[in-house]
Amino acid sequence: MINKKIADVEAPHLKSNIPNFRPGDTVRLSVRIVEGDKERLQGYEGVVIKRRGSGIRETITVRRISFGVGMERTFQLHSPRIEEISVVRLGKVRRAKLYYLRELRGKKARLSERKAVETAAAPAVKNEPVGASS
Amino acid sequence: MPLGLLGKKIGMTQLFDDKGAIIPVTLVEAGPCPVIQKRTEESDGYNAVQIGFDAKPERLVNKPAAGHFKKAGASPVRYVREFRGEETTGINVGESLSVTIFEAGDLVDVVGTTKGRGFTSVRKRHGSKPGPKSHGSMYHNRPGSNGGSSQPARTFPGKPLAGQHGSLRVTAKNLQVVRADAEKNILIIKGSIPGANGGYVMIRKGAAKK
Repeated sequence: MINKKIADVEAPHLKSNIPNFRPGDTVRLSVRIVEGDKERLQGYEGVVIKRRGSGIRETITVRRISFGVGMERTFQLHSPRIEEISVVRLGKVRRAKLYYLRELRGKKARLSERKAVETAAAPAVKNEPVGASS
Repeated sequence: MPLGLLGKKIGMTQLFDDKGAIIPVTLVEAGPCPVIQKRTEESDGYNAVQIGFDAKPERLVNKPAAGHFKKAGASPVRYVREFRGEETTGINVGESLSVTIFEAGDLVDVVGTTKGRGFTSVRKRHGSKPGPKSHGSMYHNRPGSNGGSSQPARTFPGKPLAGQHGSLRVTAKNLQVVRADAEKNILIIKGSIPGANGGYVMIRKGAAKK
């Protein structure tokens, strides 16, 4: 568990607008890129194959096939360089780290779609009455 | 201007600068440090302030120490250290130092005790390279030659050998203060500092800013 004092320092720097997503989902990011003294936004879309860390140190690794070549980029989730994150598609997967996608090409590298349900919030609400009755 | 503070390492995290680059930071719970005693040229032969940190219950304090704290009018503390220097003249016993003596951008030296690693081999303690693993080498993790034979007939001091590693007093010099939070008594320092989380550290003013 993260230290309370560390969490307090990180808290004001955390983004509150990060959508709910997990590994297997396809996300679209707008990344701020500085070239010389000019700044522009670059889009990056791909499958989240890994989500690790907590608090301000949380990162995601996004994999995409670009010009026939697999490409993975790791982003600091709370970095100010990431302007926006949006979830494009929910993927149904059975593990947390999707390294196996690296060996798959084409049709085999597809992920079936997961139905959008209230993920994080729903189970928490369900647990409450159980605890209250016992 | 006081010379330093005592504190406790909380742990590390990261922050982003305005360009989005990561700054690795260490959080230190520093102060408030009551001034317990003043050393002066006349009475002690040197100038220094003795300050304390981390409150200690009265029942754990032995009588000599209790008298020492009582004389200063300070509540007992676990960690007491002296900071030497001429700049101590403005500080008086009974006052208390806090992180307000530092501000963002200041350079500090942090003194701590490194994590103890026990008795380790040369590999871990001095970072020596292993020998070949195969081809009948038989020289895998050895400390190497101890030096000459009948001349000089001894091993020179400093020869890397196995032994106690870590648990040493180490100073990390010229670290930058990222932020000083006076409300929570937290000092945010760029980079790493010696010791485990929860370990006591001394934070001294570092070299003058260039």
